[in-house]
Amino acid sequence: METAPHKIAAVPSPAQAVPCIRCAGVCVNFFQGNRSVTAIERLTLDVPRGEFLTLLGPSGCGKSTLLRLVAGLIQPSEGSVEVLGTSPVAARKRRSIGFVFQDAALLPWRTALENVALAIEVCREDPQQGLERSVQMLELMGLSSRLHAYPHQLSGGMRQRVSIARALVSRPEILLMDEPFAALDEITRDRLNEELRRIWKETGVTILFVTHGVYEAAYLGQRVLMLAANPGRIREIVPVPLPEDRTIRIRETPEFAALAAYLRNGMEAAG
Amino acid sequence: MSSDPNLEVSPPSSTAAFEAYLARRRKEAIQTYALPVVGIAILLFTWWAVVAGFHVRPFIAPSPMLVARTLFKNRALLFDNLIPTTVEAVGGFLIGNFAAILVAILFVHVRLLEKIFFPVAVMLNSIPVVAKAPILILIMGSGIAPKTTIAAFVCFFPTLVNMLEGLGSVDPQVMELMQILSASRTQILFKVRFYNSLPYLFSSMRIAASMCVIGAVVGEWIGSTRGIGALILQATYAFDTGLLYSAILMSTLLAGAFFVVIAYFEKITLLWPSETPH
Repeated sequence: METAPHKIAAVPSPAQAVPCIRCAGVCVNFFQGNRSVTAIERLTLDVPRGEFLTLLGPSGCGKSTLLRLVAGLIQPSEGSVEVLGTSPVAARKRRSIGFVFQDAALLPWRTALENVALAIEVCREDPQQGLERSVQMLELMGLSSRLHAYPHQLSGGMRQRVSIARALVSRPEILLMDEPFAALDEITRDRLNEELRRIWKETGVTILFVTHGVYEAAYLGQRVLMLAANPGRIREIVPVPLPEDRTIRIRETPEFAALAAYLRNGMEAAG
Repeated sequence: MSSDPNLEVSPPSSTAAFEAYLARRRKEAIQTYALPVVGIAILLFTWWAVVAGFHVRPFIAPSPMLVARTLFKNRALLFDNLIPTTVEAVGGFLIGNFAAILVAILFVHVRLLEKIFFPVAVMLNSIPVVAKAPILILIMGSGIAPKTTIAAFVCFFPTLVNMLEGLGSVDPQVMELMQILSASRTQILFKVRFYNSLPYLFSSMRIAASMCVIGAVVGEWIGSTRGIGALILQATYAFDTGLLYSAILMSTLLAGAFFVVIAYFEKITLLWPSETPH
C-alpha cells in the first residue's frame, strides 16, 4: 500500500466548520426474498457546512442508499441522521435539499424552463418570481439559448445541466448528486466537472457527490469518502491535497496521479 | 423537430442533392396517400368481378354499383339512422372513458380498492357484448340509454387497464424527485401522473373509437327501431342487400371518422416522444 496522499501536502481541514450532515451509527437493512440484506452497516460521518464530499465505491457499497438517507427518502434501521440540526424529512420540507439523479429525470412534456420552474411551482411560491429565478439558474448553467427546448431536443449534457438548475433553483443548502455524469461522454463530463466546482464556489452549497469514477472523485472533492461493499461501510476518508482553484488540467500533475492511484488501490481492495 | 440537438436548423443551399431529397420526400408523400386508394380500387374491382362473373343474385350480395345507387337513393334514411347511432357511440365513448379515468385515479391512490374490484371489472368485461345487451335492455328499456351504456361498457375496460398502467408507470426517479420537493399527492397527480398517462389514454381511446360504434350497433340489434343496427336487421330480413351493405358502410365510416378525430387530438396534444406500445 502506498502512503496516503494527505501526507504529501497539508490540507485545510474542513472539520472545524459548522456540521451540516451528521450520521451516527447508521444501519440500513432491507429484506429481499426471504433473507435480510445489510446495505449500510454502522456508518458514522460528519459533513461540515460548505464541503464538497465525493462518495467513491464499488457497486453495492450503499453510496446511493446513503444519499437517500440524507434526503429522507429512506429511514435508517438503526442510528440517526441529522441534516442542519433536524431530521432529513424536516430539512427537505424547508427546501434545504436539492437532488440530482443519474438520468436527469426531466419531465418530457415540459420545456427546460418549465422543468426548472417545477421545483418552485410545487412549493407554491410566487410563480412570476419563480420563473425569473429559473431563467437565472439556466443562465448560470449556460443554457440561456435553450430555455424553451423540450428534453428530447437537448443533449445528455444539457439535460443534466437543466436538472442541476432545477436542484439549485430553490436555493438549497445541500446538493445531493447520484452519479449525475455517469452516462455522459468524457469531454462533456470534464466540462461539467469544472462547471460544478465553479457553481459550488459561487453558491457555497454543501455537495455530496456519488461516483464510481476515481478521477471524478479526486478532481471534485475536498475529501473522498471511500466505501467498501457487502455490507456497505466506510473504508477510509481521504483528504484531497490539491489547490482549491484547480482546473481539469490538474489531472496531469504527479500529485493528482498519486491520489488517483491511491484511490484506485482502495477501490480494488474494497470491491 | 430535430433529434440531434447540435444541429441548428438553417435554410439549406439549393443544391442538386437537396432537390433530389425534396423529390424523394414528395414521392413518399404521394405514395402515402395514393397507395391506399389503389388498394380500395382493387377491392371494389374484385367485388364487382365476383358478383358479375358468378352471376350472384342481388338478394345474396349486391354489386358495388347497386350499393352506390342505394347509398344515394336512401341518403335521407341512412342519415336519419346514423344520428342516433352517433349519439349513442359518442355518449358511450365519453361516459365510458371518463368513468374509467376516475376509477383508475381512485385505484392508483387506494391500492386496496384495486385489489378488491379489479378482478370484478375483469369478470364483467369477459361477458360478451351480445350477452350484456339484453340484460341492459331489460333494465333500462328500449330508449337511447341502454345502447349508450353498452357503448360505455365497451370503452371502459381498455381505458381502465391503460390508465392504471399510465398513471402508475411514472419513472421512479421522477417520483423520488417529487418526494424530495415534498409535493402533495394532488400535485403529483396533476403535474406528473396525468401527463404520463396521456399516451396510454390516447392509445386506448383509438381502440375505443371503433369499439363504441360496435357497442351501439349491437345494442340496436337487440331492441331498437332506429339506428344503423336496426337498419341492418331490417335490411337483412327484407333481403335488401343494397341497404344492408350501405348501412354497414355507414357504421364503418362513422368508426373511421371517430378514429381520425382521436388521432388528430393525439397529434396536437402529445408534443413529446413517448415509448408507449400502440
